[in-house]
Amino acid sequence: MTEPLVQARQLTKHYVLRGGLFSRRQVVRALHWVDLTVYPGETFGVVGESGCGKTTLGRCLLRLVEPTFGEVLFRGENLLQLDRETLRQRRRYFQMLFQNPYLSLDPRMNVLNLVGEPLVTHTDLRGRALAERVAALLERVGLSADHLYRYPHEFSGGQLQRIAIARALALNPLFVVLDEPTSALDVSVQAQILNLLKDLQAELGLTYLFISHDLSVVQHVSDRIAVMYLGRVVEVGTTEGIFYDARHPYTQALISSTPIPDPQARRSRVILQGSVPSPLNPPPGCSFHPRCAQALPLCATEEPRLVDVGDGHLVACHRAG
Amino acid sequence: MTTLIQPFLERWAHEHRSQLEEYRLMGRAFLRDRLAVASLVVILLFLFGAIFAPWLTPYPEQGRGEPKMEEQFQPPSWQHPLGTDELGRDVLARVLFGGRTSLSIGFLVVIIAVAVGTPLGALAGYFGGWLDEAIMRLTDIFLAFPSLLLAIAIAAALGPSFTNAMIAVALTWWPWYTRLVRAQTLSLRERSFVEAARGIGVGEGTVILRHILPNVMTPVLVQATMDIGSAILTGAAMSFIGLGVQPPTPDWGQMINLGRIYFISRPWLTTFPGLAIFLVSLSFNLLGDSIRDIADPRTRRAVR
Repeated sequence: MTEPLVQARQLTKHYVLRGGLFSRRQVVRALHWVDLTVYPGETFGVVGESGCGKTTLGRCLLRLVEPTFGEVLFRGENLLQLDRETLRQRRRYFQMLFQNPYLSLDPRMNVLNLVGEPLVTHTDLRGRALAERVAALLERVGLSADHLYRYPHEFSGGQLQRIAIARALALNPLFVVLDEPTSALDVSVQAQILNLLKDLQAELGLTYLFISHDLSVVQHVSDRIAVMYLGRVVEVGTTEGIFYDARHPYTQALISSTPIPDPQARRSRVILQGSVPSPLNPPPGCSFHPRCAQALPLCATEEPRLVDVGDGHLVACHRAG
Repeated sequence: MTTLIQPFLERWAHEHRSQLEEYRLMGRAFLRDRLAVASLVVILLFLFGAIFAPWLTPYPEQGRGEPKMEEQFQPPSWQHPLGTDELGRDVLARVLFGGRTSLSIGFLVVIIAVAVGTPLGALAGYFGGWLDEAIMRLTDIFLAFPSLLLAIAIAAALGPSFTNAMIAVALTWWPWYTRLVRAQTLSLRERSFVEAARGIGVGEGTVILRHILPNVMTPVLVQATMDIGSAILTGAAMSFIGLGVQPPTPDWGQMINLGRIYFISRPWLTTFPGLAIFLVSLSFNLLGDSIRDIADPRTRRAVR
């Protein structure tokens, strides 16, 4: 098997809420004991509902927030132990594409400076050479050199996301975290952006971590998928494995909730009872057990670990395996 | 000659066309705001009067303070449009020369306050933690005193003079900029372009210089414009109580102080410097208001 590009081991992020004078401190377990392996060239999807820790996972992997505990290995090197300057230099190899391009691009900078910023930071390109390189990048993402001196407010959302993509790819990174790259865009533009990302991946041999709550989008782009619930990874498998052979009750419920674009189609739907517990005090044992139809007494006391149920399909459930 | 620089000009215009368009829209909105235009005209008139004072009045040496006792207390006339003061000096000349000190105090106080307050606010807001605590507690200490009282205390300790009055007023002023910039920085830090810049590997200092400061400059500029008026007023107050500019150097506040005992019988001694202070500080306030509306494209349309 090939060498992993990115590996997370027991990655944990707890946020401490400082209470008032008389309330005790509370801990939000945004990310709890997450293990992941991403291989070069693949698109690794991460799905889960709002607040399940998807975005925190992406940020911790790139050390945009400091994880509380755990390791992130990038080509075998633990990013969490790098000193500030080494980490700063390593950043050219991994980039993040943000959800909302209206917020992720500085409104006071023109396109040349926005797309040129990573190049100025990590290379000696300046002046005309820089402008030419930026123009080439713009053309690659479907814009043109005419846009070099324009400002973000002069573009549409889809064009802005293209600018953000050019910026993320300016340094030929190896690994890109795509944090809901299309959810701030119109449906008609979403497909264009997804196809652009796919083309660029094929062309540049990129590895993606694709974070989304949109199951059909994740199914469309991913090679493998991790399903998250309350800060934990509950199942990891190939796209087929997750969509056609889900083992975890939560994954099964999630998959059955995706609409099928066919009014004649009928299938059994798993309707979950209750709502997601607060990450402030997650239930003991398996965090899904209060809503699980198949829960065993064991589920309320012992936390299940991810186990391989064959072909690298990992499930964290006492019922499976 | 023009043909030589023309390509460069065209290139520059091409690269800055978005900004030029923005400035054009702002200029239009400004011209539509009659009050703001009037304020700017008043300010420019006083600036012009202060800068060219020696050439505008036939009595420049009186403006600088030389007495002419035989012309004491003359009411306004053709020869002395605003009358003469207790030492026989032309009041118009004194008001023009006094504008030099009063306007300098206004501008310098605000420049010092912005120069000190802005970086501190950006550091406090961006890094947070103990640095934020330290800087904000320091501003709290300064803001805990009534500002004029603090300025009086500092000026009294340093000794009355133009420079000391300016330092004293600036010291009471910078915490407002620190608070303003800190609040702006806190909200900018949550915008993902700051996180995006860090994710690219841009250093912390560069993030502040390249992304934070340019984005806080508009509110700072608005605040600074409005504050020039208040700083002139405070500077005049300092001179009025004798802690600012010392005679024979003229200053509007000091002129009011010296003329106040003749207030009933010779009102022109106090009225005209008072009017100058009033007009200038009001104009700066109105101008600041207008800049705030114009700088924000969302409120720009409201200006009719």
